[in-house]
Amino acid sequence: MNPRHIRDFAAKALLWLSAGAVSALLLALAGYAGFRGAPELSWRFLTGQESILGGTAGILPSVVNTLVVIAVSLAVVLPVGVGAAVYLTEYARNRLFVEGAAFAAGVLSGVPSILYAMIGALVFCDKLGLQKTLLAGSLTLSIMTLPTVLRTTQESLKAAPLSYREGALGLGAGKWPMIRTLILPASVDGIVTGCILAAGRVVGETAVLMYTAGLSMVMQDFSSLQSALDASGATLSTALYVYAKERADFGAAFAVATVLLFLTAAINSLAAAVGRRVRRV
Amino acid sequence: MSRAGERAAQAVLFLCALAAVALLLLLTAFFLSSGLPAIREIGWKEFLLGRVWDSADRAAPQFGILPLLLASIYGAAGAAALAVPLGLLTALFLARAAPKGVAACVRQLVRLLAGVPSVVCGLVGMTVLVPFLREWLDLPAGDSLLAAVLVLAVMILPPVVELAEDALAAVPAAYEEASFALGATETETWFQVTLPAAGSGVLAAVALGIGRAVGEAMAVLMVAGNVANMPTLLGSVRLLTTGIAMEFGYAAAGSLRQRALLSIGLVLFVLVVLMNALPHLARRKGGRP
Amino acid sequence: MKRGYAFGFLLLAAVLAACGGRAAGTVNLDGSSAMGETVSVLREAFTEKRPGIRVNCSGSGSGAGIEGALSGVCDIGLSSRALTAEEIARGAEGHLLAWDEIVVAVHPDNPVQTMSAGTLVDIFTGRLRRWSGLGGEDRPIAVYGREAGSGTRDAFEGTLGIAGQCAYTNEYGSTGDVLGNVAGNPNAIGYVSRSAVDETVAVVPLDCLLRRPFLLVTCRDNPLSEAAAAFLEFATGEEGAKYLPLSGVAPAWEGRP
Repeated sequence: MNPRHIRDFAAKALLWLSAGAVSALLLALAGYAGFRGAPELSWRFLTGQESILGGTAGILPSVVNTLVVIAVSLAVVLPVGVGAAVYLTEYARNRLFVEGAAFAAGVLSGVPSILYAMIGALVFCDKLGLQKTLLAGSLTLSIMTLPTVLRTTQESLKAAPLSYREGALGLGAGKWPMIRTLILPASVDGIVTGCILAAGRVVGETAVLMYTAGLSMVMQDFSSLQSALDASGATLSTALYVYAKERADFGAAFAVATVLLFLTAAINSLAAAVGRRVRRV
Repeated sequence: MSRAGERAAQAVLFLCALAAVALLLLLTAFFLSSGLPAIREIGWKEFLLGRVWDSADRAAPQFGILPLLLASIYGAAGAAALAVPLGLLTALFLARAAPKGVAACVRQLVRLLAGVPSVVCGLVGMTVLVPFLREWLDLPAGDSLLAAVLVLAVMILPPVVELAEDALAAVPAAYEEASFALGATETETWFQVTLPAAGSGVLAAVALGIGRAVGEAMAVLMVAGNVANMPTLLGSVRLLTTGIAMEFGYAAAGSLRQRALLSIGLVLFVLVVLMNALPHLARRKGGRP
Repeated sequence: MKRGYAFGFLLLAAVLAACGGRAAGTVNLDGSSAMGETVSVLREAFTEKRPGIRVNCSGSGSGAGIEGALSGVCDIGLSSRALTAEEIARGAEGHLLAWDEIVVAVHPDNPVQTMSAGTLVDIFTGRLRRWSGLGGEDRPIAVYGREAGSGTRDAFEGTLGIAGQCAYTNEYGSTGDVLGNVAGNPNAIGYVSRSAVDETVAVVPLDCLLRRPFLLVTCRDNPLSEAAAAFLEFATGEEGAKYLPLSGVAPAWEGRP
């Protein structure tokens, strides 16, 4: 065999090897967490609450808190993020402003979450007097996820066919009615993808929530507006941290890790399913 | 819809767009205004080059962040040194060498791991990696810079692979066809034509990976040991992020200690903005051939 | 879309309204992780008595709890050390909840059985670096402590007179973290609250007593909500004291050591 072909073969082997190593590493990480966590999981653990006097364990409060934080942060970030994306793609004429916004979104998405944690603790918990609450945590996370929603929405707006715009404007429709009735519905998949990705970041976040939402593992009361605003506690990721680092209860920690892995997989396949529709439009 | 309605819609949307830009400006202003005075009070030299971080000493606190800064830099550099070559090779595999089915599987796995919460990586790190390092290297304890580097390397692999693959996939086929026509083998083409042609995109992937590594707090907190030593590979270290995470709750509102922690935040912020600006600058200078 | 914005504004209005005052139904406790077990028991007992009041507890460290009480970020701070003169001058008020003991824990397989205060000082200041010096196996000693600001660390170093002189191998962020890491490392030694100890570690008998108070901290300048006052009264009163032995701490009236 010619030495160039040997080198070609060796290089290909190297590519296969590194991809294999990366896959094995990642598979081992997820597999180990699942292997340790699965035996600890039970319906009771998922739907129970912990009590020292009653001798029970359970993560239901954290599951509920996670869902609440996702919902509230999305409710805040969605209108702002989509509105900004619409303005930047459909209205803005100043190129500097558009590029500045893109740069800002890039930087904001790279800012470490521990910095958002400091800001949230100082501004929302302290200055605005929200204390450590799910609300303060959600507001901080809505700032953190703004670039994600902004970018994905912008991309899908750009993908909306030009003929829509021309047709509607040619018929004499105003710009905003055109956007509202044609462009936004056509890009709804991109907006949904942005939301799913943002939800993914919220699920995985710990540093921000430790400092802004508290570590309580007690079931919160969402029956009235006032008590819901006062709710404070750990989401699943924070609960994992509490189990692993404050209680040294690794069984529970791996059980929560397994739940988080399932959630991540679900979020990914959801985003992939919606993303596929985007391309078909 | 009336003209007034149209104008109102535009105004609301403009406000939203302004919010994104304003947020960045506000963040910058926040860290500058809360971080700079403390640095000036401590002294630039003492702050950046001081070798002792002992912020809790009530009589004579010391705010030298050099141990934290170096630990962060070593940690990110070490993680990048491990993850970038492996990540780029994997990206090249996915973009060019892999059969479709294999690529789809690996891609799914990488995407899944990209979304895994950092505390999960930290948990596996502290229960598997830390005891392993202790026994293997006969250390008093396994929590160390090395443990942090390894955990960070695993954590930045998925984003590096994903971004680098996107950049490689975007290289025009004509480049490679020209190379094949000149008689180059497949791998010669991939390594010498495709990879350089994706230059700025690959650089962006690397910069993103380093930025992630510099900014990660929780997973590192769980494996690094957290003593503010001058960093050694096998010793306990505290990074910029873990320094904030360990102490922020303890610092009294408005105290020098709290403001010094915000100054660490400023340093982190500057590092991240630099990492983000790097690919932009490279592109402007003509990173693509 | 318009309805969406109306909803957004409503939400914003609700947020701003919430900034004004907090409902009577929630008490947020924040601070010492060493007090976690004790406070959890009290919290559950209190919730049984007053189901309308929700008590949340975050274990972020004594220093954080005291600062939280002073700034109003939490209702009641938890401190596992005495307050400093500076903190009292800033308005902090400590309410004695119980007396706790700091114990020194090692891995259950560690053959070293007893220790004097002097040996402890030698280990924690880094003068003694191998277990063989104490008749144990020839292994390095991993000295585990808490982070600066922890009540347990302040009380431990203060009682032994080695404040600021410890040479820690690792610093951990909570009592449970020290406990878990001692349980997982045969080289390790660390200090934790008696109330947190379980069978995963071995407690080394000492020739000295490391007693320290558990305090509930309030701020003179921030009036307590009705709910927070009720919890404070319950926890420091006779009713609460019945539950203290469940977590292995001594009630306040057992007096100073």
